[in-house]
Parts: sequence; C-alpha cells; structure tokens
Amino acid sequence: MSFLSNLISGLSLGSIYALIALGYTMVYGIAKMLNFAHGDVIMVGAFTVIVAVNSMGLPAVLGIVLSVLICVVMGVTIERIAYKPLRSSPPLSVLITAIGVSYFLQSLALIIFGSTQKSFPKVFNMEPVHLGELTIKGESIETLVVTTAIMIGLTLFINKTKMGKAMRAVSEDRAAAELMGISVNKTITVTFAIGSALASVAGLFFGATYGFIGPYTGSMPGIKAFVAAVFGGIGSIPGAMLGGILLGVIENLAKAYISTELSDAIVFGVLVLVLCLKPTGLLGKKINEKV
Amino acid sequence: MLKVENINVYYGQIHAIKDVSFEVHEGEIVSLIGANGAGKSTILKTISGLLRSKTGHITFKGEDISKTEAYKLVPKGLAHVPEGRRIFLQMTVKENLEMGAYTKGENMAEDIESVYNHFPRLRERQNQIAGTLSGGEQQMLAMGRAMMSHPDLLILDEPSMGLAPILVQGIFDIIKEFHKMGTTILLVEQNAEMALSIADRAYVLESGRVVLTGTGEELKASDQIKKAYLGGN
Repeated sequence: MSFLSNLISGLSLGSIYALIALGYTMVYGIAKMLNFAHGDVIMVGAFTVIVAVNSMGLPAVLGIVLSVLICVVMGVTIERIAYKPLRSSPPLSVLITAIGVSYFLQSLALIIFGSTQKSFPKVFNMEPVHLGELTIKGESIETLVVTTAIMIGLTLFINKTKMGKAMRAVSEDRAAAELMGISVNKTITVTFAIGSALASVAGLFFGATYGFIGPYTGSMPGIKAFVAAVFGGIGSIPGAMLGGILLGVIENLAKAYISTELSDAIVFGVLVLVLCLKPTGLLGKKINEKV
Repeated sequence: MLKVENINVYYGQIHAIKDVSFEVHEGEIVSLIGANGAGKSTILKTISGLLRSKTGHITFKGEDISKTEAYKLVPKGLAHVPEGRRIFLQMTVKENLEMGAYTKGENMAEDIESVYNHFPRLRERQNQIAGTLSGGEQQMLAMGRAMMSHPDLLILDEPSMGLAPILVQGIFDIIKEFHKMGTTILLVEQNAEMALSIADRAYVLESGRVVLTGTGEELKASDQIKKAYLGGN
C-alpha cells in the first residue's frame, strides 16, 4: 500500500513539474528560446498568494486569481522588455538574458521578502481521503484534479482553437506563419501569458505541498521542469506532460526506496539515459520531410 | 496593382538586389525568370515584407507597403506561396487550409470546398498530416492554402521546383485557372519555357538586376533568352 501512496504523491509532484514544463516547452517551441527565468515565475506567484492571503487578509480564491494575473502581466512584460529586442540575436544572447532575468527576480524577492522562507497559507482545506489502508493527502488529490483539467483544456486549446493552431503554425515555421497573416509577436505574447499562468498555478500547488517559499524556491523545480521538458521532447506539449509526470514519479520512488540524497542524481541519470537512447526525448518528433 | 521602384536589398554585406524596378498590372500574369541566385526569391520576400529594401518603394494597390509587416499584407489582398512550399508539415491538410484563411474567418467551409474542387487529391487527404504528402500534393496544398485568403495578387515562388514534368503541367493549368478567376499573378520560375508561355510579360534577372523585359512571346523568341534559359537554338 505504501507503494501506491508513494506513486500518488509522485504523480502529484509530477503534475506540478508538468505544468512548469509546459511553459518551457511552449516558449521553446514558439519563441525558439529557453526561458530560464520561467522557474522564478513560480516563486513570484507563490509570494503573491502569501502577500494577498497572509498580509492583506484576502480570501484564498482572490489570492489565487491575483497571483495568476500578476504572473501573466509579469511574463508578458519580461518578454517585451528583455526578449523581444533580441528576437534576431544569436540564441546565446537570449539565453544569457534569461539567466539575467532569473537572477533579477530572485534578487528582487530577496530585497522585498528577505532570505528567510515564508510560510504558505492554507489555501486548500481538503481532508485526506482514506481508501482502506491507503491514505491520500487532500493536496495531492486537488493537485491531480486541477492539473489534469488544465492539461486537457490546454490540449483542446492547442488543437482546436484558431489561436492554438496559429501557435502550432508559428512553432513549425515562423516565416510561413507570417505569410498566412499570423502575427508572430502576438502569438509569442500569448504563449508567455499562458506559460506564466501555468507557472503561477504550479507555484500555488508547490507552496501548498511544501508549506514554505523563499526567493530561490523557483529555481530547483524550474530546472527539474526543464529536464522534464527535454525528457519528454522539448517543443512537444504531450511530451512535457509525460516528462513532468514521469520525473515526479521517478523522483518520489527514488526517495522512498533508494535514497533521499541520491534522488536528484537518479532523476538526472534517467534523463541522460533517455537522451542517449532517444536524443529527441520521449515524444520529440523528427519527421522525414519530403521535398 | 503592384509597383516596385528601385529596391536594393542586402544580406549583410552582400548586395543581392540592385535597383530593381518592375510593375504588375491588374489581371496580368507577370513572370520573373533568371538563373539560380539571380535574386528572384529575394525580390518576392521583399515584396511580402520578410526582407526589407534599403531604398525605393513598393506600392500595392496604391498604398506604400515597403515598411508594412508581413502578416498585415494578407488582409490587404496579397498572398505569397514561398519557395519550397513551406506548408505546415505537422498539421493536417485541412488545418493548413484553415491557416490560409487565418485573417478571414468567414465562409471557411465554402472556401475549403472550393480548394478541394480545384485539387480533388487534397479532399482525399484532408485529415492526413501534411508531411506525408508527395511533393506535387504539397505544392497543391501550398497553392490552395494561399487561395484561401482570396488574394488579389498571388505570388508564386518556383511552383514547379522538384516536380515531375507531368505534374508541372498540372500546376501551370491551375495557375491559369486562378488567373481566370480574376487573380493577378506574379510568378518566379526557373522553368523559363513554361513561365514565358503563360506570362503576359516577363522580366529577366541576372545577378540582382533586371537585364531584359518584354512580353512572354517576345522573350521566348529572343536569341539571348533561348541561349541562356531555354536550352538551345
């Protein structure tokens, strides 16, 4: 039974990684850049909830809405100010800028909130569920339900809506998409907005699961979500979901049955192994083009 | 309809297009012919806003579009089928057509139906991923996709590239059909013989310059053209 409960908390952790990984993979697919500041959006989102609920006394729901809004505005603003001017620069310049933005956000949080971790408010009050000997934490269930709903919604958005199709078109061939009348800039803005909203939701669940948030809280899940995105095949949306969930499960099972200290090493080890066997990641596409 | 005046385009230090001027009148088929690297595609990309000219003007339906962003030209009535087709290989045939009507939005089903009537093969394959189509089918899809926006001016870059002769004839027949429907056409081709046989007028390019111009008939009869592009005497 403990295996099942480890599996479920792994799935729950993995679905948080998946939400973050989706942001990485969508931005990579559409803007062709690695947004290493993406993890820090999680931290900003979580701090927003802390300020809104703990300091301003707002109800949790309002705190969550505020957190999503602030993250979306911030994500879009970062893209405008820091990345858009570099659209035709070499990828390395953009990458370094993204790392700079990441440090900027961390330092800003350090100045405002100090280095001690703040406790995250109790936004979810669901009681644990008991199924025979198996106990499932309320947060795990909420995380799984919400992230599953978000992933289904996102998949429908990408496959069925006009904007979603335009995003796929831009990710495949930017110039051809322009020739269809699709504004690449607008598409990139929408991508950053969606990615940041997902990251703020991830921040919420991350805070609810771990209970404490500090200025550097976003960096480790950010890096792991990046690994998850590469693991699943960067640029692929189902890949990011699969990669995130697998990563969470592997991490949790490794912690439970092998070693807590080695769990990260095992996670990255699996990534290396997968990339050796399948360099494009699990679901990374490599289609043969006919000319 | 389209007026290109004294454009100069550079790739970094390379001066690719040198003082090129030409015109396409409403209802015409105009062709740009020339060898590989003469600058034909560069000119088309400059017209549709993917590249910028350092000098001169490009006027479309009386409006200066030399600084207009590429995506804003489709609603103005300009569609560009780029070199190498550039269809969205990971999307279905139908989705590709929908992208062609991205700025339009209305009567989508009707327009898709009309493309299928021109290209029955695309109807058979409408739910197939475009990357699985043959070269000829991909060219059909690229042209159908461009027609989804009901362009006044259709720009075609090397539609016959890499196709078997029998397919080339089919593609040129379709170009004529589109023309009969009232679409003005600017055609770039390496297959000069085909291009000249359907063009009202043509411009010959050599290393970034217009070196000769005339009606399709005149150029087809010119010794210079025969030697350089039509393979013989």
